[in-house]
Amino acid sequence: MINWFKFSAPSTFYPLAGKLVPVFWLLAAIFGAIGLYIGFFVAPTDAQQGEGYRIIFIHVPASWMSMFIYCVMAFWSLLGLTFGTRLSGMMTTALAPTGALFAFLSLWTGALWGKPMWGTWWVWDARLTSELILFFLYLGYMALHAAIDDPRRADRAGAVLSLVGVVNVPIIYFSVKWWNTLHQGASVSLTKSASMASTMLWGMLIMALAFWAYTLAVALMRARAIMLEREANTEWVKHLPDIRRAA
Amino acid sequence: MPQLFAMFAAYFAALNRDLLLVMRRKTEVLTALFFFVIVTTLLPLGIGPEPDLLRKIAPGAMWIAALLATLLGLQRLFAADHADGTLEQMALSPEPLSILVAGKITAHWLVCGLPLVLLAPVIGLQFDLPTDAIGILMLSLLIGTPLLSLIGAIGAALTLGARGSALLVSLLVLPLYVPTLIFGAGAVESYITGLGAAGHLSLLGALLVLAIAFSPWATTAALRISLE
Amino acid sequence: MQWQSLSDFLAMGGYGLYVWGSFGVCAVTMLAEPLLVRHRRRQALRDIQQSQDI
Repeated sequence: MINWFKFSAPSTFYPLAGKLVPVFWLLAAIFGAIGLYIGFFVAPTDAQQGEGYRIIFIHVPASWMSMFIYCVMAFWSLLGLTFGTRLSGMMTTALAPTGALFAFLSLWTGALWGKPMWGTWWVWDARLTSELILFFLYLGYMALHAAIDDPRRADRAGAVLSLVGVVNVPIIYFSVKWWNTLHQGASVSLTKSASMASTMLWGMLIMALAFWAYTLAVALMRARAIMLEREANTEWVKHLPDIRRAA
Repeated sequence: MPQLFAMFAAYFAALNRDLLLVMRRKTEVLTALFFFVIVTTLLPLGIGPEPDLLRKIAPGAMWIAALLATLLGLQRLFAADHADGTLEQMALSPEPLSILVAGKITAHWLVCGLPLVLLAPVIGLQFDLPTDAIGILMLSLLIGTPLLSLIGAIGAALTLGARGSALLVSLLVLPLYVPTLIFGAGAVESYITGLGAAGHLSLLGALLVLAIAFSPWATTAALRISLE
Repeated sequence: MQWQSLSDFLAMGGYGLYVWGSFGVCAVTMLAEPLLVRHRRRQALRDIQQSQDI
């Protein structure tokens, strides 16, 4: 049986993450290339939306990732609060900016899709609105973490916040949806294109894989940076081969 | 059985203490209340006096004013007790900390939430709301404002001892207030449009039950982290 | 293949601004983020280096 807790020590995780980062960059590049090829050259022109629909090949995967990353953060938080591992707080902190980036990209591409399709940059649709709230939750997590000086305390406070947030996200989504049906004037259905071509679905799935690999690569890189910053005075950091090379 | 009694005693002791402290400094109660009145008075001045328009925005405007007014009192919920060490004494006391926290949250609602419910009819008249709609508004505020105190307490506990905590609380807590705002203001709106408020009010009630079960526990966890 | 020429591809059937606006911002931010993180790690290494030399 593998001792998983062994990997949760920064001294063993740091070199492991260093080996994994290039692997995930490679995966991100391969999946990204395939996904973009499908998105631009294989997927046919949409009958109603013309070429403008090609935005969904990044819009939908970015939205998926923004929600997925928040769930992963909550998972690490739960792990951190129950077992008190140092690594889980670092991983949560390392994931948050990337999650916020995907939430932002989802909103940005959504606006650029909405303008030609619906004639407006923004509609108070349930999905768009909850994505915006999710973006605020990411910002709140990062602001709270940055405002507490002691990193261990910041990790634990952030963990409680992300768990409270993950309970709230579905409630927020359904409340906004409920609100949307009450104000029927503003509602625009996104699900009309239910007969989505399977090439489109494949393109989105592969792009989602590319974003997933990207997220892992960046989060591991950031986790390594955080480890160095926090553990600057420990023995294992002093004996890192990286130190010599940086000079 | 005596254990249960001790827990109730601890709850009321915490509640009593906070209410007493507030009574010594009455301005704090009045600040939130005054803020609520001023914001709802300024809104028509910014938007225009057409009664139709005002009637339409009244539920949302009053609910948003209520959200902001409860935010005002949040930083004070634990800050003073944290500064003078009372909070640490509470954490060490034999009674569960969550019971004491529940008492403090109740005190916050009695001071910052309940007055808004009682004041709502007066503001409602300013917005030309019909009498029965004012009743629904009061009911929605009565269920919704405890929810605001319960959710806000988590944010107040998390930001305890953080830099710039006053601003931070609003950034953390306001997004979590979205469902309360939607169901609270929506209850009045759907009542006015003839759809009935029962659905919204029961959902608000369900959220309140969820928050009563979850919030004191999460707040206590956050307080223990701040006290480390 | 539905594109006759490069300009046809760039025009995106009249949606060029929106499509390239989305993909462009996506590409820029996803290139900038790793660079910033790499800079952060190098900075941390340099700080440790300096504190050791002293």
